[in-house]
Amino acid sequence: MSMFLARRLVTRCFSSRPLHVCIVGSGPAGFYTADKLLKAHEGARIDIIDRLPTPYGLVRSGVAPDHPETKIAINQFSRVAQHERCAFYGNVKLGSDLSLSELRDLYHVVVLAYGAESDKDLGIQGESLGGVFSAREFVWWYNGHPDYSSLKPDLKSSDTAVILGQGNVALDVARILLRPTTELASTDIATHALSALEESSIRKVYLVGRRGPVQAALTAKELREILGIKNLHIRIKETDLSVTPADEEEMKNSRARKRIYELLSKAAAAAGTFEGDCGQRELHFVFFRQPERFLESDESKGRVSGVNLEKTILESVGSGKQIAVGTGEFEDINCSMVLKAIGYQSVPINGLPFDHKKGIVPNVRGRVVSTEPGLYVCGWLKRGPVGIIATNLYCAEETVGSISQDIEEGGVGKSEKEGSKGLMQLLEKKEVKMVDFSGWEKIDAKEKQMGIDRNKPREKLVTWEDLLAAASADS
Amino acid sequence: RNIWWGAKIIMLFHRLSRLGFRIAKELPKERHFSVCGRRILQRSYGQYLHSSAVTQTQTRTFRQALFSNNHNLCTSFSTSSGTSGEETEKINVIFVDKDGEEIHIKIVVIRLFLSKYSGACECSLACSTCHVIVMDTEYYNKLEEPTDEENDMLDLAFALTETSRLGCQVIAKPEIDGIRLAIPSATRNFAVDGFVPKPH
Repeated sequence: MSMFLARRLVTRCFSSRPLHVCIVGSGPAGFYTADKLLKAHEGARIDIIDRLPTPYGLVRSGVAPDHPETKIAINQFSRVAQHERCAFYGNVKLGSDLSLSELRDLYHVVVLAYGAESDKDLGIQGESLGGVFSAREFVWWYNGHPDYSSLKPDLKSSDTAVILGQGNVALDVARILLRPTTELASTDIATHALSALEESSIRKVYLVGRRGPVQAALTAKELREILGIKNLHIRIKETDLSVTPADEEEMKNSRARKRIYELLSKAAAAAGTFEGDCGQRELHFVFFRQPERFLESDESKGRVSGVNLEKTILESVGSGKQIAVGTGEFEDINCSMVLKAIGYQSVPINGLPFDHKKGIVPNVRGRVVSTEPGLYVCGWLKRGPVGIIATNLYCAEETVGSISQDIEEGGVGKSEKEGSKGLMQLLEKKEVKMVDFSGWEKIDAKEKQMGIDRNKPREKLVTWEDLLAAASADS
Repeated sequence: RNIWWGAKIIMLFHRLSRLGFRIAKELPKERHFSVCGRRILQRSYGQYLHSSAVTQTQTRTFRQALFSNNHNLCTSFSTSSGTSGEETEKINVIFVDKDGEEIHIKIVVIRLFLSKYSGACECSLACSTCHVIVMDTEYYNKLEEPTDEENDMLDLAFALTETSRLGCQVIAKPEIDGIRLAIPSATRNFAVDGFVPKPH
């Protein structure tokens, strides 16, 4: 009997020996990783850190204000953050408040899930002109991200904006520019953006893609949504809809591509009979055009006045893929704002191997290569900036699988580590004022309270000062 | 048998997902197949999930959750039944994991669209985490046609097949009693929030 009890005691101690984990980044990748780790390991004690005082990453700052159902995933994330073996610490920045090696000293397992906070560049003339923004900056501006609340995009100089790229982010920004502001007023859009949009003179938006409708990166749900906006006229050239045999092949292999093409064809047919009406809002899908350079305004030096585009044709490069190739013919679109929605890019940090070409941390199933065991990646930093929120479920599954395997094989989790205790001591020494989950709950409550007054789900706090003040207010 | 007429399996699905039927990443050797047979599934999948002893506990836990966690649900029971409170029809639904391991659940069918419990988007057709594969084509054909909105989300689902549906959109009705639903890839760890499988 006592042998049985003794054995059970040993097993219990062993299996619930603390496994100290730090996850850097509190977006979907970070939270799904935490969720799965908590369930896989009884002894896992997880600290999730984020440089912002608010958690949830792009679910809070990237998902468009008129897509509240996409933010529902936050409910699951907050349950994870409130788990007794998990803690959230905001306002802690890897790279400035602490180094990667300091983290690795404190924790058995470090998972980097900090996503992609920068942009791909076109590398063309005029890219730094005023009025040329990345879509990310514009999205963070209307979503009240504290780094971009003073972006002040000029929406009053002309009636035209050009968006480069035809993915879902491009559709998001087009929609926010063209939706009647009465519809936006009851969302959680930042007030400074709502005011700017109410005074905006933008009526025409061009969505420019270098390839054709079959290659467009957008997805059906979002396309259907924008095609269905009231009083928005869609313009698509019928000639752009002709397909090559390679296009047919692409559509045969992907039901998603096929359905998107059909949606665009229907929209083009319906739009054919439209006659231009002054002041009506228009969305133009422009295919087979790639940007050559940005044009500078003569009246306002330093500001963009248009985009010079080169016509393209598609060339097969094997394995069903087609790329855009310039034809030497050019045309201009005049505009006062350009939004580049051509892809995000991750930011490397000191001490971390980085593949600059792919923009990711080199890894094998989530294990960072060429480092001591115990360092992992998840999310966009691991796979590149593609996929939806749910893509991270699978990504986290793989990374946690690798972690579990490493623990089982004894490569990770054996040494003594301080974990949270050590982190608190370190942050105190460096005088970092971290925001824990209860601090976020104060911010959350305040935003919701302010939202009630304005008939919005929340009124976001958009400056660092306001966020940190709310987090540390007496309840 | 007692009868409830009803609406969606979604509640079931979410409960099951919290019981651990989480969809994992698509493994490189995962295959798409149009007719799902048990043997094919066994070949494609990897990880053993659980024994029948655990299943009993889960079913109990699930049913407790079904009745206690959501007051909307309770309301719908009392108003939508055509018969008295004890008359409860359940249909048999069998979930099959990677190794062909079967989990038999009797689900009580409910009328109201439950928005609180489900996959990541809690039934708002904004994700595809409740993706299931109907294993028998004849059962697939008995289901209502997916709407455009459901198809849009299915487009993005992993391991999509010709008999794939979103679990939250499948209407539970007597005609599909005995339906077998495969979950694309099972997880190697599972727990209901707080529930940890006892070693056996």
